Amino acid sequence: MSVIYILLTISIIVAVIFFIAFIFAVKSGQYDDSYTPSVRMLFEDELIKEKPKKSKLTNQE
Amino acid sequence: MEQSGCFHCGDPCDASTIIFDEKSFCCQGCKTVYEIFSENDLTCYYDLQSNPGTTPKDIQGKYDFLSQQNIIDKLVEFDDGKSQIVTLYIPQIHCSSCIWILENLNKLNTNISSPQVDFGKKTVRLQFNSETYSLKEVVILLSSIGYEPYISLADFSTGKNHVNRSLIYKLGIAGFAFGNVMFLSFPEYFEVNEFWLEQYKPLFRWLMFAFSLPVVFYAASDYFISAYKGLRAKILNIDVPIALGIVVLFLRSTVDIMFDLGSGFFDSLTGLLFFLLLGKFFQQKTYSFLSFERDYKSYFPIAITKILKNGTEQPVQVYDIEKGDRLLIRNEELIPVDGVLIKGKAKIDYSFVSGESEAVRKESGDKLFAGGKQTSGSIEMEALKSVEQSYLTQLWGNDVFNKTKEDDFTTLTNVISKRFTIVVLSIAFVSTTFWLFADSSKALNVFTSVLIIACPCAIALAAPFTLGNMLRIFGKHKFYLKNATVIEQMAAIDTIIFDKTGTITSNKQSTATYEGLSLSPSEEILLKNTLRGSNHPLSRTLYSLLNQNDIITLDQFEEHLGQGIEGVHQQDSIKIGSANFVGKTNEMALLNTSVHISSNNDYKGKYTFYNSYRKGLSQLFNKLKKHYDLAILSGDNEGELENLKKLLPVKTKMLFNQKPEDKLHYIKYHQSEGAKVMMIGDGLNDAGALAQSNVGIALSENVNVFSPACDAILDADKFNNLGNFIKLSKSAIKIVKWSFVLSFMYNVVGVYFAVTGQLAPVIAAILMPLSSISVVVFTTLATNWTSRRLR
Repeated sequence: MSVIYILLTISIIVAVIFFIAFIFAVKSGQYDDSYTPSVRMLFEDELIKEKPKKSKLTNQE
Repeated sequence: MEQSGCFHCGDPCDASTIIFDEKSFCCQGCKTVYEIFSENDLTCYYDLQSNPGTTPKDIQGKYDFLSQQNIIDKLVEFDDGKSQIVTLYIPQIHCSSCIWILENLNKLNTNISSPQVDFGKKTVRLQFNSETYSLKEVVILLSSIGYEPYISLADFSTGKNHVNRSLIYKLGIAGFAFGNVMFLSFPEYFEVNEFWLEQYKPLFRWLMFAFSLPVVFYAASDYFISAYKGLRAKILNIDVPIALGIVVLFLRSTVDIMFDLGSGFFDSLTGLLFFLLLGKFFQQKTYSFLSFERDYKSYFPIAITKILKNGTEQPVQVYDIEKGDRLLIRNEELIPVDGVLIKGKAKIDYSFVSGESEAVRKESGDKLFAGGKQTSGSIEMEALKSVEQSYLTQLWGNDVFNKTKEDDFTTLTNVISKRFTIVVLSIAFVSTTFWLFADSSKALNVFTSVLIIACPCAIALAAPFTLGNMLRIFGKHKFYLKNATVIEQMAAIDTIIFDKTGTITSNKQSTATYEGLSLSPSEEILLKNTLRGSNHPLSRTLYSLLNQNDIITLDQFEEHLGQGIEGVHQQDSIKIGSANFVGKTNEMALLNTSVHISSNNDYKGKYTFYNSYRKGLSQLFNKLKKHYDLAILSGDNEGELENLKKLLPVKTKMLFNQKPEDKLHYIKYHQSEGAKVMMIGDGLNDAGALAQSNVGIALSENVNVFSPACDAILDADKFNNLGNFIKLSKSAIKIVKWSFVLSFMYNVVGVYFAVTGQLAPVIAAILMPLSSISVVVFTTLATNWTSRRLR
């Protein structure tokens, strides 16, 4: 039954990993602006659609 | 898109429409922007939104100061010699197209990389190659596509702004610990005497202890600090019982698990803090695109052109201007210091300062005050004072700007918490004394249980959730509050003071009445067509007020600067302008602005202009007069007195010719007599009054442009809703009181368990979240229900 120690350790490690990920996300400013990314997400399609149609575009992203 | 509107900006196109690429444009600027976009395959911009653009302004030499190294250093965030990162504030950002085009700036110019828009703050952050490109060029590029960055003196002093994210961290930690502790304590809720469960109990309990450590020592730190501050100031604020509850919860739980007395209250402890912080987070709604802390620095430019002794022009920082310096003020530039006009025709728009929209003419030798905006051509002036000493900026030296209003205000929650804490402590002591005699082994258990269960979580949540939700509802109706405390202060006011110009009058439109001999149809046609040729603001206003007439071509048209205009068609001639100009000499000096007309040298009559009052003004005043003292403070002369008397209830006080300081002192005087004053103003001249008042509301025709420091910003279109907003803030206070009652009921149940010594951890773990959640649900439903009448 001592397998519970292993299970507990794993579950806590996983939890802590997610917690650290959260801290990093906040630190990088992800939570500072909660509106713009929701709009930006919708534009990525527009850009890809434009590219093959017109050849004038330079090849840098 | 539509035929009549400009394809780029949507403004109506008149005679000067430019047709390009089968699309119509209102001006050359809009066409150029379209060309830039289509050359770079960015026309997708127009698919996202119809008419997304704004008309680009003419800029020349305006950004010369951006080539000064010391100014660049202040503005850029990062500079490694090869590339620079800068964040620019662009007030024009208004739709999703704007985000798209600004984030594709790197397509317009390859020197720019990774532009990123923050829509809420209306800023764009971008990196550019500083070896081949300069900040000045970035700004000019942005301006040329209609997104002119706004660089003000405020950017100069702030430097790198620090974002405080500690609340999110704390909330994250509390939530993380709460979830884990809940899982670990779940088996014990059922109290099954299972062999393996008994075996691992200590391990589970110590794990819970470990999870609660960061919650108590980091996430709860604000409550301890605030409670300590409160006690030192001899105030029993709401954080005192909360901090007490947290400490007792933690110590009791630790002792419990140490001596194997029980499983402890770690679940309640972490849950409590999670809910409390959630409430704090909810209340902290900020409108990042608005600023409530503005002073003159946000209006003033960062640099201005100085003319050196040898005649060369040089950009100079505004703070470095000294007495006697010669300054060049270009069209549309702001005068940064008091001075004397030396050269050029000045037409100063003081609307920033006074809210008065009509520009004032100045001749050389006249005094110019800081804060005015030059509106016709360039002028040269000599500085008489430095920035801080100028007439307008001196106002900010007043003490009112240095204190925060929240300090003087006791919130409803704190009023309740004082009595609450005393009651809870007495219950705890009385019941402990009782148990000391009845069964002394239970005494300590009862004492701690009372403090734990009485921890006023639900009370502390009532106000944040009610007021926070109200804040959001107000925001949806274009009434933006600085913070939730403003609602409580608004509910307490008894006096409302209005500024006149720009507040109860509309800047956009005015009305005119005609007095004199009636004009014949042919004279009317001539009048309208003569006005058509003039660019004077009064001519434009009158032109738009007159009925539509046939367009005729004038044989002769002449504009006499500062006097009037003259038009001739066939045998008829017409003169429009000042009394002297049309040949009427015995005109009494009047306070109102009027335009006189003579036809074929016979005096006909005059148009007198009146301010146009906002819609629903009379109704609003009549509604408010029942419960509030009303007053109007105007910086203008008494010209509108009669008009106002007709419109407003009889007992409305009206004071004219009030200087900024007079307004401030007027409010101070009333406050000293016990009045709670709400001030509604718009211009910088109201800044002192807004700061002095209990609730200062800035009215704004466009919330994106600047308004002075205040507690709330109200969109001018919603002016007639003001009465409803005040009423709603009163209902919000009622809701808070009712949720206090609700949470007291939970407390009574909890205290019953505690006093009788039967408080098991599972009961605390059920009662605490239940009371918090029901208070949150009640306040949210109640606020939404009461605000349904707001339309």
